[in-house]
Amino acid sequence: MVAVVQREMVEKKQWLTREEFVEEWAVAQILPGPNVVNLSLMIGDRYFGIPGALLALAGMLTFPLIIVLALVILFSGISELPQVQGALRGMGAVAAGLITATGLKLISAVKQNPMGVKVCWLFAAFAFVAIGVLRWPLAWVLFGVGGVACGLAYRAIVRIHTRADGGGAA
Amino acid sequence: MTISLASIDWFHLLGHFMSLSLLAIGGAITTAPDMHRYLVDEQHWLSDGQFTASIALSQAAPGPNLLFIALLGWYVGVNAAGGLAAGMAAWPLGLMGALIAMLGILLPSTTLTFVAARWAHKNRELLAVRAFKTGMAPIVIGLLASTGWILSAKMGSAADSWRLWLLTTVVTLLVWRTRIHMLWLLAAGGVLGALGWV
Repeated sequence: MVAVVQREMVEKKQWLTREEFVEEWAVAQILPGPNVVNLSLMIGDRYFGIPGALLALAGMLTFPLIIVLALVILFSGISELPQVQGALRGMGAVAAGLITATGLKLISAVKQNPMGVKVCWLFAAFAFVAIGVLRWPLAWVLFGVGGVACGLAYRAIVRIHTRADGGGAA
Repeated sequence: MTISLASIDWFHLLGHFMSLSLLAIGGAITTAPDMHRYLVDEQHWLSDGQFTASIALSQAAPGPNLLFIALLGWYVGVNAAGGLAAGMAAWPLGLMGALIAMLGILLPSTTLTFVAARWAHKNRELLAVRAFKTGMAPIVIGLLASTGWILSAKMGSAADSWRLWLLTTVVTLLVWRTRIHMLWLLAAGGVLGALGWV
């Protein structure tokens, strides 16, 4: 999905340079909400104001929404067939694997994390147990555990900056 | 399945999605466990099968994966209209459910994006912005793993349905370690299931 947006916005329309795109993408990712949707909203707003933002949003969602609703209607008509039930069970198992793997792929991203790899593992494991096993509400985990993590991250970043400045390395 | 929804329940549905909207850091899929907790376990508006179907179908379709939320809303609406037995008569309520779900999940986060994007653009080197990004990274990994886990746990115990667990494990390894296209894997899972092998 991101690859398509990048090709259209940077290479074809040239509304953004490559560097601008990367910056926008980073911002779209730290804000809550679907990042591709956030990105299209931000770019639409920057170049064409509020109408641009709304149009970008509508453009991003309308056709996929129609397609997915058509799929579910088609599916409903035949959902009692054992083959269809089986196919869905198989696709559900694949979807579970896809999502887990997406999480595993991100592990490489925390290798550079200022908090250190061990602390990151601890937070990831804690979030997994709290949500996956104990079934705590998401808000508790994000505000509680996430809040502590952000606090630690803040301290770690400050420490690295101080060390870099003190050693004259920066 | 059939449920009855009072008009206040529709507001609860909207409210639940709106409350999750601002928590959806790292994509809408990280809020899936909380949706399962609320919609399936607590309110019983949705069956386990419908929940899984929503995620599987939206992964197979083009477009942003947050569309599974529209499908959750669709199923709640269809169930309120008398379930699948009602046929086309259930479509209007299904559509209403889908639109309410999308409105709820998008309105708070897009409003925030709209307001915050310019600010964050100017302050992208700011310590708080970087601390937030750094601190949340491991949490997002844990959330993705727990979503996969909750989907797997619904398949039944590993002893009874070891083939499904095996499929999930193989897919996890393939997606993690290779660049194989996800649609092929979904198609393969569908075929294996239709043939009754998993």
